[in-house]
Amino acid sequence: MSDTSTTSIKPLPDGMEGLTHDWASDQRAFKGVPWGKAMMWIFLLSDTFIFSCFLISYMTARWSTVVPWPNSSEVFALTVGGVSVPLLLIAIMTFILITSSGTMAMAVRSGYQKKRKQTAILLLVTAILGASFVGMQAFEWTKLIMEGVRPWENPFGAPQFGSVFFMVTGFHGFHVSIGVIFLFINVKKVWRGDYDSGKRGFFTWQKGRYEIVETLGLYWHFVDLVWVFIFAFFYLW
Amino acid sequence: MATEGQEHPISVYLKIWILLFVLSIFSYMVDFYQLQGWLRWSLILIFMFLKAGFIMAIFMHMVWERMALVVALLSPMIAVLVFIAIMGYESEYTQASRDVFFDDGKPDKVWAVPHGAHKAEHHDGAHSAGETH
Repeated sequence: MSDTSTTSIKPLPDGMEGLTHDWASDQRAFKGVPWGKAMMWIFLLSDTFIFSCFLISYMTARWSTVVPWPNSSEVFALTVGGVSVPLLLIAIMTFILITSSGTMAMAVRSGYQKKRKQTAILLLVTAILGASFVGMQAFEWTKLIMEGVRPWENPFGAPQFGSVFFMVTGFHGFHVSIGVIFLFINVKKVWRGDYDSGKRGFFTWQKGRYEIVETLGLYWHFVDLVWVFIFAFFYLW
Repeated sequence: MATEGQEHPISVYLKIWILLFVLSIFSYMVDFYQLQGWLRWSLILIFMFLKAGFIMAIFMHMVWERMALVVALLSPMIAVLVFIAIMGYESEYTQASRDVFFDDGKPDKVWAVPHGAHKAEHHDGAHSAGETH
């Protein structure tokens, strides 16, 4: 697998020269990355298209409706101590997800340093933060459903608001939930030392390596990345 | 496989982490202070792209990846931009036809949308020379 880097005398060229070199090498195009990581990137690219389609359909619904769009600042406001704070829960959710992205980046780093316990603990913190994000989203859904928001109608304005809300945040929440499950699985594997001993996985039967933590990290950062766009376009716009 | 790892100083991650926090506070402030119009939209977009850029570049290690991977991942975004443009035009057209055909009989609604400039004239029923309706 690493034939190019070991047998050739010169290192691989960088930048645009590297681009033409890698793609024209008649070998694998993505050099310098483990197979699983390249595949995760390709998956994330396809997932980007799915979320793009959701957000573009939201844009189309919002720009084409003749009924006023609900004011998200008021719809998602929370009353704390008698004062209505706009988007409070959404802001907290945003900070939680960014924090979890930070702990994930730390976990990837610890993984490459082969610090087993540190990696497992950081992954566990990430998983707990992710789970609390999903919990808050469940609270938000419950609140809106109790207020009468449905995919086909809502008391605040354009009926498409409900369908866009449930579809976009639901699909994102589903991604977070899947990420939390995989985080917990990896906490167990790292803690057990699977990535030190190279124990084979129960599903893929591939040898355990700390690169897997980075691949999982890519997915987790992507979930955060999508939230940045949802936060901007759906909640703030 | 030593070349396939990504190991960077912890200070880089901490700095980006703090930066993302600050940018999130800024974008929340846009709503908190109820900025409106182009100022609101441009600030939302600026903070959004900065946050997305830092997450991709540093947390997802894209600045350290080889150009072959970066180009393969970023160039398809052109298709997304084209799709946004297409659906933007489409939704404008849809709204224009809804304004015309979901008409409730009020002259203001009938005439306001297609060219936008005739609101005032139509209350007395007069047509200007440039109209083709």
